[in-house]
Amino acid sequence: MPASGNQLKNQHLLWRAAFGPMPQNVNELADISQKDLYGVLVKKSSRNPEEFNVASNLFDGFIKGVQDITMLQKLTQDQRKMLRQQSVNDLKNLNLAWLNEMINTDAQLREKMSLFWHGHFACRVINIYFHQQLLNIIRENALGNFGDLLREVSKSAAMLSFLNNQQNRKQHPNENFAREVMELFTMGRGNYTEEDVKEGARAFTGWGFNIHGDFVKRPFAHDNGIKTFLGRTGNFDGDDIINILLAQEQTARFITQKIYKYFVNDTIDNEKLNWLSKRFYQNNYDIQKLMADIFLNDWFYQQKNMGTHIKSPVELLVGIRRFIPMELDKPEVQLLFQRALGQILFYPPNVAGWPGGRNWIDSSSLMLRLRIPQILANADEFVIRPKDDDDTMMGMEGVERMERPGQVNSTVNWDEVIKAFGETPWENLQLHISNVLLQTESKVDPAIPDKYADKQSKENYIKTTIVELMSTPEYQLC
Amino acid sequence: MLLKRKEFLKISSLATASVFMPKFLKAFETKNIVPPGNRVLVVLQMSGGNDGLNTVIPVRNDIYYGARPRLGITKDQALLLTDEVGINPALPAFKELFDSGSLGIMNGVGYPNPDRSHFRSMDIWQTASDSNRFVYTGWLGRYLDAQCDGCGKPTQALEVDDVLSLALKGENNKGIAVKDPKRLYNTSNEKFFKEINAAHRQEDEVVDYLYKIMSETLSSADYIFQQSRLHQSSLIYPATELGRNLKTIASLIMSDINTKVYYVSLGSFDTHVNQENQQKRLFTEMNDAVSVFVKDLKNNNRFQDVVIMTFSEFGRRVAQNASGGTDHGTANNMFLISGGLRQKGLLNAMPDLADLDEGDLKYSVDFKSVYATILRQWLDAEDVSILGKKYDYLNFI
Repeated sequence: MPASGNQLKNQHLLWRAAFGPMPQNVNELADISQKDLYGVLVKKSSRNPEEFNVASNLFDGFIKGVQDITMLQKLTQDQRKMLRQQSVNDLKNLNLAWLNEMINTDAQLREKMSLFWHGHFACRVINIYFHQQLLNIIRENALGNFGDLLREVSKSAAMLSFLNNQQNRKQHPNENFAREVMELFTMGRGNYTEEDVKEGARAFTGWGFNIHGDFVKRPFAHDNGIKTFLGRTGNFDGDDIINILLAQEQTARFITQKIYKYFVNDTIDNEKLNWLSKRFYQNNYDIQKLMADIFLNDWFYQQKNMGTHIKSPVELLVGIRRFIPMELDKPEVQLLFQRALGQILFYPPNVAGWPGGRNWIDSSSLMLRLRIPQILANADEFVIRPKDDDDTMMGMEGVERMERPGQVNSTVNWDEVIKAFGETPWENLQLHISNVLLQTESKVDPAIPDKYADKQSKENYIKTTIVELMSTPEYQLC
Repeated sequence: MLLKRKEFLKISSLATASVFMPKFLKAFETKNIVPPGNRVLVVLQMSGGNDGLNTVIPVRNDIYYGARPRLGITKDQALLLTDEVGINPALPAFKELFDSGSLGIMNGVGYPNPDRSHFRSMDIWQTASDSNRFVYTGWLGRYLDAQCDGCGKPTQALEVDDVLSLALKGENNKGIAVKDPKRLYNTSNEKFFKEINAAHRQEDEVVDYLYKIMSETLSSADYIFQQSRLHQSSLIYPATELGRNLKTIASLIMSDINTKVYYVSLGSFDTHVNQENQQKRLFTEMNDAVSVFVKDLKNNNRFQDVVIMTFSEFGRRVAQNASGGTDHGTANNMFLISGGLRQKGLLNAMPDLADLDEGDLKYSVDFKSVYATILRQWLDAEDVSILGKKYDYLNFI
């Protein structure tokens, strides 16, 4: 089976705009054009996503029963502790639910974009309600209009809480929110002055939320004075500030640059970036149009853009599970993988999100990555214990810590995999599998996987070859 | 599942990894080996925010006892270091170190605009960044970058853990996390990995980068394991996690390995509730492990070559809370333990409890000054390029 250029390009598209191919796709990808394949991805992502709701009855009931925030202060220490623990647990469920969605949904493009925005609008709060709400905002707007997305995120309880805007009052301005909106969400460092941050913070005074997570403007806390922001003067409020930020071409450039690095290449091609960001701005921040400008362009499929992106831990995990369908006895083990590999959904390292690229790789994370396919396929033990997290544990032993899972038990359904490669003659099998799994120009010396593969039956040969080829440095790239 | 471990992975013979090093990396193999007798830094991270005021106690300060009617440690309970200052009763070995001139206590260490979130403040300490900057490399990682460009074995900095901390991640060089040298050796010593590694030919940048890390790991795993077996301590370490970890570190310090920095964590010191018992338990673990570790170093005549530095991401509020604990605070003390200290005992004034910032201590020493001192005076490194700024040197080494 010779490597088809067209097949490779389609796989490239599926790895970047989605979470990689499924075995069912293997034999469909040789002939379809990238344009048609992208059309399918867009179509499957066009309907509104179903919202996640994993908050337990306990938390749910509590929040719905509480009328105002002062009731929170009347809780006993034990009640608070219990709620917090419940929230941490629910957050794990949200993590696993979203991971499942990434693995199983047809709306791959939307979830891939959502994962990008989840890192862009990085947020760490313990409240499950707030997180769930923020994730739903992101998923609904992932392919919509960036302006809408920015406005909704900026008014979400999760972000207002995380960036301390509840404490941003006329008498005591807190600049954190305004600063991060400018530095991380829109323009990027170096494109505004400290004075702009101060004035922006004044405009955001009074933006807050109630216990149900609804956005509220508190007029008594709002500064109604005249502000000067990025050269404009007026009695601005938060909405005005966001509109002024969106009017800056630099905002389009900053977002486009981040998207280019995430979806195309860590090394920026300035000519392409200029073209993309100009169009993004002219198209009034239409995200779907920007993505089409990328994925429907020939240069996206150039060799230098293929097989050079280091998969994030989530991309790696989801990619494996899409190709090898399996049931895990203890799905929580995926949280341990996330932690040990440095990307736990809903726990970004800081407000700037996950740095990505080579930052994912060190000796221990690489060796674990290479062993994950074997661990998931029951061939190896998992004995790593990731560091504890004081933000979620509050010093309580064992609250968050999971016992070591040791042997991970999974039930793998190989049917589709076997079907996909069953027609291929034995002598072409390895090359066929390698062409489907590896996007890099560099390939593993075929003699080595062949030597270690189980040759007792064709089925076993297919299975062992897949696990082996996934256990290579090449498979870390897409 | 049908796959059996042995069908896929055959544990290799004891062939050394260097045999399998890709050719393009082999040239670097033996560069920059540090001879024994060289200075070593051991960083002990007290995760969770240790309560510094109940660690080094101002035993004649009424404000302290007023703010901590229940948690305050009385003069009778504390182990007195001076008339004014006592140390937590669970740290008798630290008092001995103090009395014998092998302990320095730096008070009021912190940074401007302190952050009270664990992960953020820990990042700030590990990256040595200002509190409003986000940096993706750690201070010891940048030390590796400065020292170790082109080293074949990134064993100059080791973390005794399963996962590598940000502190040890540089731009081009990263330390190695090794919880148990034998286990790392076993998991890295799989023929399949070694063979694909050996067969790899230089291709393109990113693939090569991954192979470089893999290659370094495989060869380091071998190296660390062999070195860790050279010296078997005759002392019995406590059967605690820190005890085991310090034993691993001691065995490596006594070998010929080129490691300059060891990193190890203990926790969690996040004592919002029931502080007394939790801090006591952790201090006992720390006390007993450090005590044997120091004895081991002394027996082998290495104590003057080693500095142990402790830190925590923040101290805790001056006042106790309503649940027998303390909440997140700011400035804190650091311990510096070595047989080679220039300045010993209490290195500076105790924190001023009459001058607080909304109930929190004001810092008097920037932690980056401590780093700068260690980098320059102990590790002979260019502190200014590593820390991005010139910080004042202190006198403890």
